[in-house]
Amino acid sequence: MSERIAAAFSDNGKAAALMPYLMGGYPDMEASRAVGEACADAGADLIELGVPYSDPLADGPVIHAAATDALAAGATVEGVIGVCEALAARLPVVLMVYANVVLAGGAEAFAGRAADAGASGLIVPDLPHDEAGELRAACDARGLALVPLVAPTSTGERLAAIGADARGFVYTVSVTGTTGERGELPEGLEHTVERVRGTTELPVAVGFGISTGEQARRVAAVADGVIVGSRIVRAAGEEGAAGVRSVVEELALALR
Amino acid sequence: MTVGVEERFGPYGGRYVPETLIPALDELARAWVEAKADPGYRAELEGLARDYVGRPTPLYLAERLSEAAGRTTYLKREDLNHTGSHKINNAVGQVLLARRMGKRRIIAETGAGQHGVATATACALFDTECVVYMGTEDMRRQKPNVERMRLLGAEVSGVDAGARTLKEAVSAAIRDWVANVGDTHYVIGSAVGPAPYPALVRDLQRTIGDETRAQVLEAEGRLPDRVLACVGGGSNSIGMFAGFTADEGVELIGVEAAGEGLESGRHSAPLTTGARGILHGALSAVLQDDEGQILEAHSISAGLDYPGSGPEHAFLRDTRRARYVAVEDSEAVAAFKRLSVLEGIIPALEPAHAIAWALANPGGELDVITLSGRGDKDLAEVLGLE
Repeated sequence: MSERIAAAFSDNGKAAALMPYLMGGYPDMEASRAVGEACADAGADLIELGVPYSDPLADGPVIHAAATDALAAGATVEGVIGVCEALAARLPVVLMVYANVVLAGGAEAFAGRAADAGASGLIVPDLPHDEAGELRAACDARGLALVPLVAPTSTGERLAAIGADARGFVYTVSVTGTTGERGELPEGLEHTVERVRGTTELPVAVGFGISTGEQARRVAAVADGVIVGSRIVRAAGEEGAAGVRSVVEELALALR
Repeated sequence: MTVGVEERFGPYGGRYVPETLIPALDELARAWVEAKADPGYRAELEGLARDYVGRPTPLYLAERLSEAAGRTTYLKREDLNHTGSHKINNAVGQVLLARRMGKRRIIAETGAGQHGVATATACALFDTECVVYMGTEDMRRQKPNVERMRLLGAEVSGVDAGARTLKEAVSAAIRDWVANVGDTHYVIGSAVGPAPYPALVRDLQRTIGDETRAQVLEAEGRLPDRVLACVGGGSNSIGMFAGFTADEGVELIGVEAAGEGLESGRHSAPLTTGARGILHGALSAVLQDDEGQILEAHSISAGLDYPGSGPEHAFLRDTRRARYVAVEDSEAVAAFKRLSVLEGIIPALEPAHAIAWALANPGGELDVITLSGRGDKDLAEVLGLE
């Protein structure tokens, strides 16, 4: 399962792996499945599938609102796991899930459900390295990659510790801030990626703030993966699967 | 202030926040350890506490309340602090700390508005930029405090998400902090949040308990049988309890908001009813559903209207050092009116919960209740009920 992540980075035929983020259950469960299929059709190499959460502290307004709408539309963890199962038949899926949802039933149980649904990994944006030991062990036992996040503010010491325990890839947050489309990428982006590279043999993917083909190209010049979230989620809400398909096609083209 | 900076209270606490914030939390913990040990910081804080805040606050023997309750009842008068509540103890301490850390911008969240007013006040005193996040429902309920914050030069930023109360205000403040962590200090108003906040806020609020202990010994020559305080996030109560945790014979009682009744599901009583969960960066007692989605809280009192509680409270509950109970909106309103008539003191709706429980539940001969704030802010809300 986590081997599929490695393959997604090495065999993508692009300057970097393209990793759309979509919100599970948004606008509704069926539509989110169609959005995922559209991503796969249009050239995505890996899907990040968000589990909607009531209090998503790492997310900006677009993804927060999508999570709220998904929950209001009746999204459940089990439903999103079902979407994961459907999409994992086509390409590797990493679940993005907040710590309390994992904790609610226990780390072991959550890792088990995710693995059974064919997920390749987990990203838990509010579970920093210091708190992640138990879940990492549960994921390791199930062949799931617990993908860590690093930030521009991470010290060298923390980067080293996080890099040493990373699985799958290292998710590098481009900005000091929450998710969301931004007009310009931060100046220090290349330097941040360089710092992360020094700590790990794993692929380095960059997310937060990337929405255009031009931005994706700039990221691909230094990183192994490009994560695009808010723009995809916005397109899913405004234009459904067809809209997402054209956004992913545009991004995939930019990375060729 | 002798206690170190705990990251955990038993299993509770921790730091469940985006990686971006971790270095800032490390920096804050270091700064607090240094500041606590620095005579210069302590002297400045003690000077301000005395001359600006008005400490020590009186421990008042409420004779007519005692008569009504059937036992001797003292009120720790935090309502007599500058700005009208215990929140100023923490706000002044943290804004002083932020200055030491070279942070030039302050953000805060507020529910009832008392913490927002206290933070805006400390920022005015030190000529520091201040942004206060507040749910728009709370802005409606607590209009006088919104006006006060603006008059003090703070920006009040309305939050429209969810139930538009304290939970959403905290989330918005954390998001702001993630984006501006380089030059911004987040003054959390209660004993919640990622470490080191629960310990930092407790250290700054324990002046309530330390003063009370000395005052009650002076007045009665003995320790109280029971110490009671309301619990939302739990800052006034943890401050009061901290003065007595080592005194095993003193029963510590935290009073939560049962809202429209624990059975109704519309309440703010996570310690009484809630499961272990993560909210706003800490593992504690949280109102949540089976899938770990945080539930909306409800209380007539904006300061208690929060689905989580400080992690040290969860630990005190599990270890049975403290006991947690809950009082409904209607009982709190009745106590609000009762104390006004009995003692000529209009309490905030928050401590009215603790007063209601003490009146209804006998035990021992000597009670101390934290009167955490005054009720001017609640007049419209209470009178509008009728």
